[in-house]
Amino acid sequence: MKKLALALAATAALVLSIGSAAEAAEKTKVCFVYVGTRTDGGWTQAHENGRLQVEKEFADKVETSFLESVPEGPDAERAIERMARSGCSLIFTTSFGYMDATVAVAKKFPKVKFEHATGFKAADNVATYNSRFYEGRYISGIIAGKLSKTGTAGYIASFPIPEVVMGINAFETGAKSVNPNFKMKVIWVNTWFDPGKEADAAKALLDQGVDILTQHTDTTAPMQVAEQRGVKAFGQASDMIKAGPNVQLTAIIDTWGNYYVKRVQALLDGTWKSEQSWDGLKDGILTMAPYTNMPDDVKKLAEDTEAKIKSGELHPFTGPINKQDGTPWLKAGEKADDGTLLGMNFYVEGIDDKLPAQ
Amino acid sequence: MSIFEAILLTVITASTPLVIAALGELVTERSGVLNLGVEGMMIIGAVGAFAAAQLTGSAYIGIVGGIVSGALFSLLFAFLTLTLVTNQVATGLALTILGLGASGMLGEAFVGAPGIRLLPIEIPVLSAIPYVGTVLFKQDLIFYLSILLVIGVNWFLFRSRTGLKIRAIGDNHASAHALGINVIRTRYLAVMFGGACAGLAGAQLSLIYTPQWTENMSSGRGWIALALVVFSSWRPWRLLAGGYLFGAVTILQLHAQAFGIGIPSQFLSMLPYAATVVVLIMISHNRRTTMINTPASLGKAFVPDR
Repeated sequence: MKKLALALAATAALVLSIGSAAEAAEKTKVCFVYVGTRTDGGWTQAHENGRLQVEKEFADKVETSFLESVPEGPDAERAIERMARSGCSLIFTTSFGYMDATVAVAKKFPKVKFEHATGFKAADNVATYNSRFYEGRYISGIIAGKLSKTGTAGYIASFPIPEVVMGINAFETGAKSVNPNFKMKVIWVNTWFDPGKEADAAKALLDQGVDILTQHTDTTAPMQVAEQRGVKAFGQASDMIKAGPNVQLTAIIDTWGNYYVKRVQALLDGTWKSEQSWDGLKDGILTMAPYTNMPDDVKKLAEDTEAKIKSGELHPFTGPINKQDGTPWLKAGEKADDGTLLGMNFYVEGIDDKLPAQ
Repeated sequence: MSIFEAILLTVITASTPLVIAALGELVTERSGVLNLGVEGMMIIGAVGAFAAAQLTGSAYIGIVGGIVSGALFSLLFAFLTLTLVTNQVATGLALTILGLGASGMLGEAFVGAPGIRLLPIEIPVLSAIPYVGTVLFKQDLIFYLSILLVIGVNWFLFRSRTGLKIRAIGDNHASAHALGINVIRTRYLAVMFGGACAGLAGAQLSLIYTPQWTENMSSGRGWIALALVVFSSWRPWRLLAGGYLFGAVTILQLHAQAFGIGIPSQFLSMLPYAATVVVLIMISHNRRTTMINTPASLGKAFVPDR
């Protein structure tokens, strides 16, 4: 029933967007497909900020439009196809679950350019882009390792895809670098967006004795629970300091705007090519919210780590690192390659959870 | 607080909105009207409650705001389906879509605003009882209201004269009309009661469950409430039990994960829905009892003297 309603809602939204698309034919049209709402305070809002930056930058040449709350799955393909039909020259599909749908639609519309966020399937007219979130999560892990008294963090995870598993592992690796016995409990909520369920997961983790929270879901609800209970937490995708003024330690902030502007410029110049872009802290696609609510020495350590990652001196996944069952993964000094990271489907040692089958 | 109490507290928070919204729909359906717009009325209630609380600074006025906005929104459904005799299923779905969209627009100004939390009311003496005390007698107003509503609706439907009329209309609106009962007016009131309840459930979401406003924050709970009505075979006490069963399974699967029980999380996430299906099958298995309770005129339009 919920799916049906969402599908109907998506269709209604499509009709509206096509109506407005007919007007400005002379401007280049750039379109965005969002998985959540523009005002979720997290993932989708970060993309929306990027879209607004594009609008501001190319006010006279480019027109943007978007679809929000498009469910991943079969409906996504219809939504993306409608976008392509409505005259979009470049379409950004901003959720991992749109990957197959994006590639399928791109085949039917060879003249339209597509960019898929966080995926790994490309084509001549499909580029992929991603951010090295794990760099930020590694820093978060270090802070958690320093501050947690029980030595156990709680992680609210969405879906068991490589991106999320990579984040969990980066957090654990960072924490372990300062506290070798650091443990993590993980709850999979199987949704990106459900404030109630995310809050319930946060409470369940806290009731079971974790004393620091982090999340890989899109709303500020877990941060709010942390604030109520006076437990430290990390924000996700956007700065969540408003939801947790006394408890947010830092947040990884997605700043897609510069990337979007660069790609739209390439489109206008006629130099757009399919690329697989994966930038990180040093490129500014990922930034850290101010380090707050922590002692000065921990703050200093976090800042130093950030600087080292930016300069390339430190790669978060540097051996020795063992897999969950104790078998070696990376030898001392060995760095993980991007391919392994992008397809990551195993836990590192110290995570108190069984990875759901994919 | 023991983990036992902690779990029960979260179960109650998760179950209360389901129970309230479903109870309102139960009354609506007992009068023979099928309103599939619960999700939409709920989210309108959530934004109405949040806005009222923000503008006045009082969570209690927020509750009133939730109830009023839910009831007013359901009036639109009542006008379309009862006066203009549109299709109830289609209109209900439209109400949900409209509610989700309109609430996003209305709530735009409140995104990110720190919520005003409705604080628990401690009942003296009773709240000191070990275990149950903290869980049952140190709750917010909406929880107490939900229990009173179940008792009240049960009495109203099966013991009061108006309740008898509502059930008569739901079972056979033509006969009820012939007996001189005002079918349309009664249905208007039943629909608005459903809307008010859905609005109150929405208020619970934005004032207690997660004291904040985010678009789509009802996340499908209205649909679960609709399933609960069938699940309960249109009986308030069964509905209460069903609501708590659903809430309990939802919360327990999260705890099972945090305990590190090696069951796939997707399977655990599915459990509440699977439980619903199983109980539905168990109830429907005895066809006779199911049919006794289903309002025979459910979803059928009524036009006087036709």
